[in-house]
Amino acid sequence: MSVAELTWTLPHVVAGVMVLSLNAYVLLGGADFGGGVWDLLARGDERDAQRSLIAEAIGPIWEANHVWLILVVVLLFTCFPTAYAHLATALHIPITLMLVGVVLRGSAFTFRSYDSNRDAVQRRWGRIFSIASMVTPVLLGVCLGTMASGRVPFTTVLSPLGTAPRVMAPAVEPLTFADRYLWPWMGSPFAWAVGALTLGLFTFLAAAYLTVEAPTPVLRGVFRRRALQSQAAVVVLAAVTIGLAALQAPLVFAGLTEGRVALAMHLVTAVATITCIVALRRNRFRLARVAAATEASCLLWGWAWSQFPWLIPPTHTITALAAPRVTLTLVLSVLGVGTAILLPSFVYLFRTFKGGGSSFNPS
Amino acid sequence: MSDLFAARSQMAVSLAFHIIFAVVGIGMPALMVMAEWRWQRTGDPVLLELAKRWAKGTAILFAVGAVSGTVLSFELGLLWPTFMAQAGAVIGMPFSLEGFAFFTEAIFLGIYLYGWKRIAPRAHLLAGVVVAVSGALSGAFVVCANAWMNAPTGFRVVNGQVTDVDPIAAMFNAAAPAEVVHMTLAAFAATGFAVAGVHALALRRGTVHRAFHRAALQIALLMAVPSALLQPLSGDLSARGVATRQPMKLAAMEGHLRTGPAALVIGGWPDATTLTHRGAIEIPGAISLLLHGDPTASIRGLDAVPLADRPPVTVVHLAFQIMVGCGMVMAAVALWTLWRLRRRRRGYGAPLPDDRPFLTALVVASPLGFVALEAGWTVTEVGRQPWIMQDVLRTADAVTPVPGLTVPFVGFTLLYVGLAVTVAFLLWRQLLKTGVGEVPVGMTGELPIPAALLAMGTVPVSPAASDRP
Ligand code: HDD
Ligand code: HEM
Ligand code: HEM
Repeated sequence: MSVAELTWTLPHVVAGVMVLSLNAYVLLGGADFGGGVWDLLARGDERDAQRSLIAEAIGPIWEANHVWLILVVVLLFTCFPTAYAHLATALHIPITLMLVGVVLRGSAFTFRSYDSNRDAVQRRWGRIFSIASMVTPVLLGVCLGTMASGRVPFTTVLSPLGTAPRVMAPAVEPLTFADRYLWPWMGSPFAWAVGALTLGLFTFLAAAYLTVEAPTPVLRGVFRRRALQSQAAVVVLAAVTIGLAALQAPLVFAGLTEGRVALAMHLVTAVATITCIVALRRNRFRLARVAAATEASCLLWGWAWSQFPWLIPPTHTITALAAPRVTLTLVLSVLGVGTAILLPSFVYLFRTFKGGGSSFNPS
Repeated sequence: MSDLFAARSQMAVSLAFHIIFAVVGIGMPALMVMAEWRWQRTGDPVLLELAKRWAKGTAILFAVGAVSGTVLSFELGLLWPTFMAQAGAVIGMPFSLEGFAFFTEAIFLGIYLYGWKRIAPRAHLLAGVVVAVSGALSGAFVVCANAWMNAPTGFRVVNGQVTDVDPIAAMFNAAAPAEVVHMTLAAFAATGFAVAGVHALALRRGTVHRAFHRAALQIALLMAVPSALLQPLSGDLSARGVATRQPMKLAAMEGHLRTGPAALVIGGWPDATTLTHRGAIEIPGAISLLLHGDPTASIRGLDAVPLADRPPVTVVHLAFQIMVGCGMVMAAVALWTLWRLRRRRRGYGAPLPDDRPFLTALVVASPLGFVALEAGWTVTEVGRQPWIMQDVLRTADAVTPVPGLTVPFVGFTLLYVGLAVTVAFLLWRQLLKTGVGEVPVGMTGELPIPAALLAMGTVPVSPAASDRP
């Protein structure tokens, strides 16, 4: 199906909201993961200062950043239920491993920051926190990469009510456990490249944000250097990913290289990347932060665009897998009303912590 | 262990773990708001201290609630893809609503925790109210989804496919009102008794901070007593609903094995295969009388359906007895509290009873709410078996085809046991440091404002961080 033939429909709107929510997760939650990586890599005299800066920047309440991921999942199972069921089956193992990472990371961080005793127990939590912070984004990327490259076509027939799920009669020979649940993701260099790119991107975002939040020139210098290094890593990883896409994921490659939208996207990404590097070099950290966020968002939307209009490439489109219209309409209304409540709340949160201004001053 | 059994067990462990934090997330904000409200009316600094400590405890547990909830929203698909493929479009709406309730809760908890000095007292209190209300709402939304599994409506099944979807009818299903009320009361009762028990323990041991712990005890009881008294009434309502909609669940709960007049079976060990009881006390006709006002009214027993359609009666019956037993003890303690308070008004005794027998009773009753909570969920969920959607879809037909589910089950169980031990250990340390121990009141300073919050504004974290060119 070419883009020209598509009419924008309700399912596409929901899918767009899902990417938007994933975008928020990458920008907010992603940087938290990246913080964990820098925690692990903290070196030198400033090590403890670096770690406490990271801990402060994340802040326990920011587990709320998870809500963005949850929103994606809830929208997926409400609006594209068969796709959710299928992905959760085909990618059962990497998703389960990712969840272990989510649990360990979130709780280890909380335990570490609320336990005031600085002892060995606390160091161990710190270690768990950092390792989980590295593993989880890789697996997230692997899942997305596997899906985007069309390696998980529907093989399980989701059975009518009242009968057990069946595995579709395989055409030639029976699929083994490994064929069905391991090989699609484990054996795909492209998927692992996407995983590495995700990790690189999160790490880069964290470093770029931390340059703004660092309280001393020394720390700022440390994270400036790291932001530049991880920026370079992101560029290399992105190039590798596109290269592998050309070899292994023709659909993704075509989506990334054909048409004016793709070209425009590449342009914006390039401009953001260059802006970020220049801004970092000139110590314009606020600008660098905005550029880094733009760059990350562009990469994410690039992926979304590359697999459009497929939800589960190469067989099922967004429209084909959508829930009944009434469900989509209701969910979009809920999103509308919810946003109408949340936006003012966010503005209030923002204004409360902007200091000065509207804030209440106790005598 | 069969894959189906492993999947059911993994679901049970994850939910049993999550519900503890969920309930705390509903109950604690209510407590902290009550403490702050009283502080604003009386100006007693002890009450402010209390509100701050309770808020801090809420924050620790919120994160664990969040991660365990994240796991659940994936697990629904990892373990029950067929169920979700059919049910998602019907019952996804309450989950979406819940998502927004979480967001609201998280935002205002942030404002509450870090905004003590930044917003006017009344606005601060209001932020707390929003946290409490959205916590209770998020619980109510998921419970609507669960009620729908007990009383599925809002769709038709044609050729094994769900059609004519009506998400609103599904959300407001027949089982929802009773379940939501019972669950919300359970959250208040369980948290109230648990908190009361902690402070009663401190008072009982003797502490220099009597005023602090007495204030805490008073507020906790204010929440625990009414909900514990209402809970048996609401439970009765639930049971009547179950009797009409899920007769086999009722039969399993009551250990009612053969169709006929139903006895109240206390204790004992019922057996679904042989349809016999071992060692139970039976009050003939009592259940028939309770439900139909007639001790000879016939009620369907487990023998009314084939063996394959019967829920595991032993587990359900025992769990039901545990819940009701705990509920009765809690109601009794609540009545005793009321009676003592009444006597006090007539001029006897202390304003709030804190003699040893009373405090001991509170300490003993302290875990019962959580025990009843877990037992009650066991009744609801195991009693629904073998159905995942009552009379529509069997659990065995909904489970994922992925083999080897014992591995994730064992893994997640170990993980959760580890987390539970750690949380308990940390809270205990926290308590030793601030509550039960001898550190003077007034130690809880402001929580430092996280840099991420500050960075949202335009103000640099510290003057040195200003990097405007
Ligand atoms: C503090 C906790 C607590 C206490 C004291 C009680 N319950 Fe309960 N009960 C729950 C906590 C709970 C629960 C965990 O919250 C459940 C599980 C699902 C639900 O809606 O509430 C529940 C379920 C539940 C059900 C099954 C509802 C269903 O399957 O739809 C019944 C029939 C009762 N309860 C009845 C009672 C009675 C007669 C009680 C008398 C004292 C009682 N409960 C005390
Ligand atoms: C948090 C409180 C809850 C607890 C403690 C709980 C407990 C349990 C238990 C013990 C089981 C296993 C039953 C068995 O297989 O014998 C189970 C199964 C299940 N529960 Fe719940 N439950 C809770 C709430 C919910 C809610 C709100 C939902 C959803 C919408 C839900 C959905 C399920 C599903 C899909 C299964 C698996 C299928 C089945 O066994 O029927 N549960 N739960
Ligand atoms: C299948 C069932 C369930 C799913 C999928 C689920 C999902 C979630 C998720 C994703 C979160 C984290 C949100 C955040 O980041 O704050 C959460 C938290 C929460 N859940 Fe659940 N939940 C389930 C069962 C329940 C039940 C039965 C209740 C209560 C009655 C409940 C009440 C709550 C509450 C109050 C929170 C806020 C956590 C806190 O304040 O500590 N949930 N749940």
